[in-house]
Amino acid sequence: MTASGKKTVGLFDIRFIIGGLIGLYGVILTLLGIFNASDKELAKGDGLNINLWAGLGMLVVGIAFMVWARLRPVIVPDDVESPGGP
Amino acid sequence: MIHTADSTFRLDANAVDYLIVAAYFLVVIGIGLMARRQVSTSLDFFLSGRSLPAWVTGLAFISANLGAVEIMGMSANGAEFGMATVHYFWVGAVPAMLFLGIVMMPFYYGSGVRSVPEFMRRRFGTGAHLVNALSFAVAQLLIAGINLYLLATIVNRLLGWPTWVSLIVAALIVLTYTALGGLSAAIYNEVLQFFVIVAALLPLTIVALHKVGGWEGIKDKVQPGQEQLSSWPGTDLTGIDNPVLSVIGIVFGLGFVLSFGYWTTNFVEVQRAMASDSISAAKRAPIIGAFPKMFIPFIVIIPGIIAAIVVKELVDLKADKPAGDVKYNDAILLLMRDLLPNGMLGIAIAGLLASFMAGMAANISAFNTVFSYDLWQQYVQKDREDSYYTRIGRIATVAATVIAIGTAGIASNYSNMMNYLQTLFGFFNAPLFATFILGMFWKRMTATAGWTGLVSGTVAAVLVAFLSEDTFGSASWGVLGIKGQGASFVAAGAAFVVDILVSVIVTMFTRPRDEADLEGLVYSLTPKESLVDPDEVHLPWYQSPPKLAGLGLALVIVLNVIFW
Repeated sequence: MTASGKKTVGLFDIRFIIGGLIGLYGVILTLLGIFNASDKELAKGDGLNINLWAGLGMLVVGIAFMVWARLRPVIVPDDVESPGGP
Repeated sequence: MIHTADSTFRLDANAVDYLIVAAYFLVVIGIGLMARRQVSTSLDFFLSGRSLPAWVTGLAFISANLGAVEIMGMSANGAEFGMATVHYFWVGAVPAMLFLGIVMMPFYYGSGVRSVPEFMRRRFGTGAHLVNALSFAVAQLLIAGINLYLLATIVNRLLGWPTWVSLIVAALIVLTYTALGGLSAAIYNEVLQFFVIVAALLPLTIVALHKVGGWEGIKDKVQPGQEQLSSWPGTDLTGIDNPVLSVIGIVFGLGFVLSFGYWTTNFVEVQRAMASDSISAAKRAPIIGAFPKMFIPFIVIIPGIIAAIVVKELVDLKADKPAGDVKYNDAILLLMRDLLPNGMLGIAIAGLLASFMAGMAANISAFNTVFSYDLWQQYVQKDREDSYYTRIGRIATVAATVIAIGTAGIASNYSNMMNYLQTLFGFFNAPLFATFILGMFWKRMTATAGWTGLVSGTVAAVLVAFLSEDTFGSASWGVLGIKGQGASFVAAGAAFVVDILVSVIVTMFTRPRDEADLEGLVYSLTPKESLVDPDEVHLPWYQSPPKLAGLGLALVIVLNVIFW
């Protein structure tokens, strides 16, 4: 809910869903990149720790989507509101 | 189905990879369930209530096309032909997408039609409509089956599940979210899929570039004497030895006829733009989609080129040495196997599965709309209440999925036949563009000219395919000395020219339709105000369709010059 009392789509905004999933992937990959970067894993990419870098990149993208959805929420017009909706 | 079970290689996925893939599928189903709460009319179900913002429909527009055939096929082309593959993007897609946005979208959206075949019916009556709606619906079922088959093959390769289990599981997942949430669920999932696909392919490209030593490394290591790193004249790609004819083939055959036919009249694509919330958003959808489309070659073709350098089996294949049963189509998978650690591997698998589902869901959601509105409502049960057609749509979705499982089964046993059928349906697209563009700008064009042009154009393309050396495999007669991609370009060109000629000649001898019936459908009979939003002139440059399209055109020209 925004301060003006208008209804927003809230967590059902696609941007929260994209941000959530990509952000979750970012967390998993970053952790793997830090704690599971054995030499055998790294050798595949010639020493580039792709889990870490891709993970950090996805974290940034995930957070950016959340911030965007937060700052510019989608307002639900009154006339399409369904009974029992969010 | 035996030949897919004894796969030559497998990816070492571990628990984390499975977790990542599972998280993706949970979200996909969740979107279907949430979108269901928003469906209350048939327009909600089939066109998302025409309420989506342009960035959403624009990304869905691209994602619907970023299916199995695109990712596996274009990276395979990259491995085999090198940079010339960019023509499928920069010549064969972007100009047509910009054209759709600026010229054709206002008619589709402004006339209030609910599908491309419906536009055909209002402009040319039921003859052309039946040809268009039926060939489109059958083609969608076939292509959905092919997408499903590829999906199952990959699941089998990656996870070792039997093909028939992966077929049914994959089909059930797509069915769940398209049947529940209709187009909204399909579109929302396509937008999500776009990001997951990029999250899979971009890091893969980065590792691959790191491995090979960057662009300079590619230059050093590609086999000399092949035109791997320059895009023009693309003689390897077209199979046309004369460079001038090869360029003409690419520009006219691929860039004009095939791509305009596909992008401007294919309802799978146009449906995404039709779900927009205003005319200017509908125009923007394909134009916004054109920007990511320009850069997709970098994360699809470049990994393909590198795979041909670093993956042992592909190096052997390219040097014509025995390489087991590895094919160029495996390029992306082999690169994932060789370069990605667990974790990133899971993302890459999720991305590939996402792209295959995107393709299939797009086919199914376009099919159920055309089936319900254009075939059932038009020819079987007119004038029923709205909820009736939503129900028909859901039944059509279930039926289409079951049929797709059947076609996927056929595809697994007769893959060559499927390829030729797909080529055949491609020929229905080529003359469509000719008929549409003539019909939109020439008010005299008659209804008879509409369907005769379509039929004769298609026949011309099929005839060229039979006369070529290999378009229909051994069924082709080899009278004309053209083959491979080049032959498809010539067939499409023939379809276009014949369609225009026949349409003009038939129009001369038949009676034109009443001008009053054509308002909103033909350029000269449509008030200019109804083709733009009243506030369009006040939009900032990044929301103005013509300015965005100009920027897109400039960028794609620059890209062509850089990678000459």
